[in-house]
Amino acid sequence: MLDNPSTTATAEARRQIEICNACRYCEGYCAVFPAMTRQRAFADGDMTQLANLCHNCRGCYYACQYTEPHEFAVNLPAALAEARQDSWDRFAWPGVFAGMFQRRAGAMIAVLIAAIALLFGMALWLQPESGEGFYAYLSHGIMVALFTPAFLFPVLALAIGVRRYWNEVGGEPVHFADLRQAGIDAASLRNLSGGQAGACNFEAEDRFTNARKHAHQAVMWGFLLCFGSTTSATIMHYFLDWSAPYGPLTPPKLLGVPGGILMTIGAGYLAWVKTKADPSLGAKAFGGEVAFTLLLGAVGATGLALYAATGTGAVPALLAIHLGCVLAFFLTTPYSKMAHGAYRFAALVREAQIKRQSRGGTES
Amino acid sequence: MRDVSKTIWDVIVVGGGNAGLCAAIEAAEAGAKVLILEVAPKPYRGGNSRHTRNFRCMHQGPLSVLTGDYDPDEYYDDLLRVTGGKTDETLARLAINTSESCLPWMEAHGVRFQPSLSGTLSLSRTNAFFLGGGKALVNAYYNTCADLGVEAVYEAEVTHISLEDGAFTGLEAIINGETYDIEGRALVLASGGFQGDLDWLADAWGPAARNFLIRGTPYNRGVVLRDMLDQGAVSVGDPTQCHAVAIDGRAPKFDGGIVTRLDCVPFSVVVNKDGERFYDEGEDVWPKRYAIWGRLVAAQPDQVAYSIIDAKSAELFMPSVFPPETADTIEGLGQKLGISGTKLRETVEAFSAACADGDFTPTELDGLATNGITPAKTNWARPITEPPFYGYSLRPGVTFTYLGLKVDQTARVAGPDGDLLNVWAAGEIMAGSILGQGYLAGFGMTIGTVFGRIAGQEAAKHVG
Repeated sequence: MLDNPSTTATAEARRQIEICNACRYCEGYCAVFPAMTRQRAFADGDMTQLANLCHNCRGCYYACQYTEPHEFAVNLPAALAEARQDSWDRFAWPGVFAGMFQRRAGAMIAVLIAAIALLFGMALWLQPESGEGFYAYLSHGIMVALFTPAFLFPVLALAIGVRRYWNEVGGEPVHFADLRQAGIDAASLRNLSGGQAGACNFEAEDRFTNARKHAHQAVMWGFLLCFGSTTSATIMHYFLDWSAPYGPLTPPKLLGVPGGILMTIGAGYLAWVKTKADPSLGAKAFGGEVAFTLLLGAVGATGLALYAATGTGAVPALLAIHLGCVLAFFLTTPYSKMAHGAYRFAALVREAQIKRQSRGGTES
Repeated sequence: MRDVSKTIWDVIVVGGGNAGLCAAIEAAEAGAKVLILEVAPKPYRGGNSRHTRNFRCMHQGPLSVLTGDYDPDEYYDDLLRVTGGKTDETLARLAINTSESCLPWMEAHGVRFQPSLSGTLSLSRTNAFFLGGGKALVNAYYNTCADLGVEAVYEAEVTHISLEDGAFTGLEAIINGETYDIEGRALVLASGGFQGDLDWLADAWGPAARNFLIRGTPYNRGVVLRDMLDQGAVSVGDPTQCHAVAIDGRAPKFDGGIVTRLDCVPFSVVVNKDGERFYDEGEDVWPKRYAIWGRLVAAQPDQVAYSIIDAKSAELFMPSVFPPETADTIEGLGQKLGISGTKLRETVEAFSAACADGDFTPTELDGLATNGITPAKTNWARPITEPPFYGYSLRPGVTFTYLGLKVDQTARVAGPDGDLLNVWAAGEIMAGSILGQGYLAGFGMTIGTVFGRIAGQEAAKHVG
């Protein structure tokens, strides 16, 4: 555990949210403000929930009559971003990695280089005597031995983190209706839609645009398609006795190619709009966040390049680079910006739960 | 910044709040070359529009976020009630009747609305709330202006309007510390009232005004208003009248805005610094009474009062931005508030003894009144007996002053010898014609939008 939330970013976010609760002009932007109005006093767990519910759409900042130089100095998107990132540090397991990649581009790059070097080394020294496609360079057994723990460890770490989150915000047993509502909110990025504005404020300051939302949709759906690609290949390998390489009209390729394209373009676009937006309205983790976004883009781009290079001499090098990117992505996930997906979803579930309970709903 | 004095502008708009922006948009859409001179720096642009949240709008059926209907006679009756009849019926009805067509115009020019805010459901039929509040509206209009090629200059203080033979010829402005003479063919004055000038307020009110808090923008100092009046422009309104509400006594001296409000008065007893009650706290629901409490507190010694509640009422009103003073005894609360605890205890005990049994309904007039004390509390009178006790200090908070320029139905300013040829006014600088006293929530934005648009259209027509 790191700092006590009462004495850090949470305290500043609480100071600001108490000003917001006396104003309430921003109720129409996102879920944070209606959630805020349900309370008059904000415990640490309440602030953690509000901070993770905030999608940093920035509508409230540009509408705020109390931003600096006003003495109330309200900058809620930044205050909640800081509280949110601090909360991820508290939830990180093992705690020694807290914030390591989320805030530091350098650490992220170091892991990436090490992962790529490891894969090159394995391809060089552990090359199997026979094998088809990628398995000519890295045997299936070695890939499984490397990626099974590299996948399961982050899943475990995030699960522990989300459990800590749930305890801190006082979450209760989840109903299916909560998951469904949170799923709809996440899939549509409802909280980046700005209510009647239909868009948010980001790279164009106080003008409304959907650039960030569209970029994020591309990355999120591209990632999910790629994940579906890998899952389908796993099923085919183990249950259908159908091993790689797969042709262009098989599920892994039909999901993976569009997924890779969406993820690559989306990540590039997302990183670009981030460089155009005002950094003082986000968390002080610009480098780590951009490095993470570019790593996601690199996972997609190297995957596409690898597929394009099929049958050429570039395959072994591209395979090592692509798998190195994937390995670095997996290993850093619980401690990089990627973790926001898990905590944000938990916040949406908790919000849906509170709203259901306040309606007195019994659906399950 | 380019040298704006090198151009002869078609229309110069003084003041970049809602009224000025509406005028600038209308004039620019009619093809005029428009300059806005805004005295505030960019973060504070928009005058009091920055602090507003809604637009009171007549409508014959559901319109955008507005429910039901709000017909012109009901609207006018609401205005008569708050102003005690001190209004100009022609101008008031013009504002009311035009408000309905303004709402779609606002949406078409970038303003976004939202359903009535929590705690303001009583306004969901009459007032359309801006998504994000008035600053978001101001941002939208500045963006629209930029797209139309309107030039806006911040920190530009207009110090003198040149009038020759009843016509505007140019003006003098200080920009970045340098004085410029800027020429234009038509002028729209939308520079607000004078509440930012405490000396002027003290001239009108006496020294008590120095204890007022200025809840609105400090940038409205009435420099242009004074200059116009000195040159014989016809004035309307009483210099002591203003939109003044009772706000948290700990609010900033200037620019505290909406969060400084205190909605606890109807559930409290209010005493002055001598510990004496002075007015019926439960006369009507708060949205209909908050606007008179500024003047009530202004009339008390040292322009301060104290609102006292007990634990029963602590969550019946919108949260305050500053936490209340808290004590387990009334006497202790009085000491924390800096008034006589003994006297406060006597007043509160007398009040509690005068309360009768009955049903308490916080959301409507419940008739739960006191017996045998003066002044009576005619609704929501419950004994103040349950610790902890909470206290807030109250001070008058002035949003804007009503003394202004007389205009006709085309928003044209009246000069010493009849209407000025090419000068129009809109917003708070002329609102005193319509608001002789009192205030109707959301009506300032209606006056600004209606007359701003008219002024812009008329000015563009003149230079056409």
